[in-house]
Amino acid sequence: MAACSVEALLAKAEQEEAEKLKSISVQKELDLEFDIGNLLACDKNRIDLREFREQKKEDFLRSLARDNTQLLINEIWKQPTERVQEAIVVKLPDPATPLPREKPPPKAKPPTKWEQFAKLKGIQKKKKTNLVWDETAKEWKRRWGYKRAKDDTKEWLIEVPETADPNEDQFAKRVKAKTERVAKNEYNRLKNIARAQKGKVPVMGLATSTQQSKEELSLAVSVAKTSTASAGRFQDRLPKEKAPKNMGKKRKFEPLIGDFSNERHKQLELLKLMDGKKPKLDITKAVNKQMREEDREEAAAKYKKRAGKKGRKGGNMSGKGKGKGGKGGKGKGGKAGGGGGGGGGKRRGKPGKH
Amino acid sequence: GKQGNIGEREMNRRSKRFLESRAPKLIEDVKTAMIMKGGNTSQTVTQALKDIVSSNITRPFEDSTSLEFFSKKTDSSLFLFGSHNKKRDHMPNDVCVTVSFVLFAGRLFDFHVLDMIELGIEKYVSLSDVKASKCPEGTKPMLVFAGEAFDTDNEHKRLKSLLLDFFRGPTVSAVRLAGLEHVLHFTALDGKIYMRSYRSLLKKSGCRTPRIELEEIGPSCDLVLRRTHLASDDLYKLAHRQPKALKAKKKKNISHDAFGTKFGRVHMQKQDLSKLRTRKMKGLRKRKGNVVAEEQDGQAPKVAKEAEHTE
Repeated sequence: MAACSVEALLAKAEQEEAEKLKSISVQKELDLEFDIGNLLACDKNRIDLREFREQKKEDFLRSLARDNTQLLINEIWKQPTERVQEAIVVKLPDPATPLPREKPPPKAKPPTKWEQFAKLKGIQKKKKTNLVWDETAKEWKRRWGYKRAKDDTKEWLIEVPETADPNEDQFAKRVKAKTERVAKNEYNRLKNIARAQKGKVPVMGLATSTQQSKEELSLAVSVAKTSTASAGRFQDRLPKEKAPKNMGKKRKFEPLIGDFSNERHKQLELLKLMDGKKPKLDITKAVNKQMREEDREEAAAKYKKRAGKKGRKGGNMSGKGKGKGGKGGKGKGGKAGGGGGGGGGKRRGKPGKH
Repeated sequence: GKQGNIGEREMNRRSKRFLESRAPKLIEDVKTAMIMKGGNTSQTVTQALKDIVSSNITRPFEDSTSLEFFSKKTDSSLFLFGSHNKKRDHMPNDVCVTVSFVLFAGRLFDFHVLDMIELGIEKYVSLSDVKASKCPEGTKPMLVFAGEAFDTDNEHKRLKSLLLDFFRGPTVSAVRLAGLEHVLHFTALDGKIYMRSYRSLLKKSGCRTPRIELEEIGPSCDLVLRRTHLASDDLYKLAHRQPKALKAKKKKNISHDAFGTKFGRVHMQKQDLSKLRTRKMKGLRKRKGNVVAEEQDGQAPKVAKEAEHTE
């Protein structure tokens, strides 16, 4: 008796289960392919055209859609769930269908000059705070940018350092230093880009890689030769290549206490020159030179007036000053000069159109 | 790099952010689509376009200048172009004019056209025509593709991939169960592709998984696949190339056997097996006072040892 009832119970339980599952089970010849990450289901089963034409189209499509959606939902419900705030959420796996990208994947950039150096020395990037405490204003201010903590452009008083010329404009000096720094930075940035793109960085003055003249090529050769650890002193030469002149010291000075007769001779010559009636200075030559300089200055001033608003800069440089300024620019901030030249060069292009 | 054109420089954080958003990325954002109208489009086509891609549109353009230019401007990689085609068939006694609405759907890779498919719209039912409560905008739809063609025919396969790109929405790690409302069903049958949009109602079923009932919402259209301009296999493969960084790193030294037991290898230094002690021999352990006591009293330690042994 007991056995019968147990069997009956089990049968009844099975039937109930089947009933429950009937509502969500769908019979299909081929199983569907699922990509849960994309909430996608693909039904590859053949669709009976006759059935489709017999029934009302929309009803047929709708029942097909219902079956497929049921299978998709069944699959989604198999995924793990969790509770987020008030809603129950199902965790989706990664999308499985490969889809084409929008853009090609980013290429690894070669490291910049600084990055290479930092890697070599083991320098880590230190994350700096956005705000700095400003004592004078007694509040937190930005480290850089608008209304920054230590803004030296806003200073109304600059002490003239003891070593400086009292007539020098310290404010202008600051502004000039800033523009030089900006130009240098820009130049270095462009160099980094050039290095990243081509892998070759042109040296100042040897930028062109297209048709080079004999002089440019020989200059390039001499620069390459001297760019060694011993400044080219032990470089081998080609069989017919001539020995380079102007090696070593550029000026030779007599020793202090040496040849007495030579020294005496030199001093007497000097006295003779000073006594003589003939002027050392060739006046015509000097006047011509001065006139040429003045003409050049005028032309430059006219040109600058046409090109830019800052014509004052050209005017400041007198004949002798130009030589000094030019040399100083080249020596000290060769890069800044180059950057400034590059920037000026860019500007110069525009008036050429007129 | 930081620049699009060589020498272009971002002046502040805002421009840098803009350039970075346009640059190629490891993991890409969701694709945006641009919808465009041809010269003589009618209201129907415009409506169709707006309905189909309601959540993804950037801006509809009026003229059909370079597709790629617009793609660069709006940073979109999908496009939908609708137009009106008037065909004049000259019959012996008659001149028929057939007007068809044509949709060009396509995608771009690196601002060049990858795939472009021309679809003729045979029947169109817009959102406003169907009277039913709509799904909220922005829900990630469930997508179903039915029909053998989507698996066997090359052009249909590409179309399936394209439609998937268009409609799938952003990739999310989890989705609200109650929010699985929108279903888009594509059926490839009889030379046509039937697109239907349903709202799914989750009914009680007696077990955990609900029973689905569908309610048709708009829009719906019957499409005919016409001309296609598909990418070559090489270009298609190139577009799928993923950066190495995204490849899942396989954990080494883990293996499983048939039963699911996890195995790993432990590497030991060389051991002197002669000095290995496998069993504990308490008696062999050296004790501090042992040596001295043995000389004094021979008996006592022995006794102590024995006592220990029996313990």
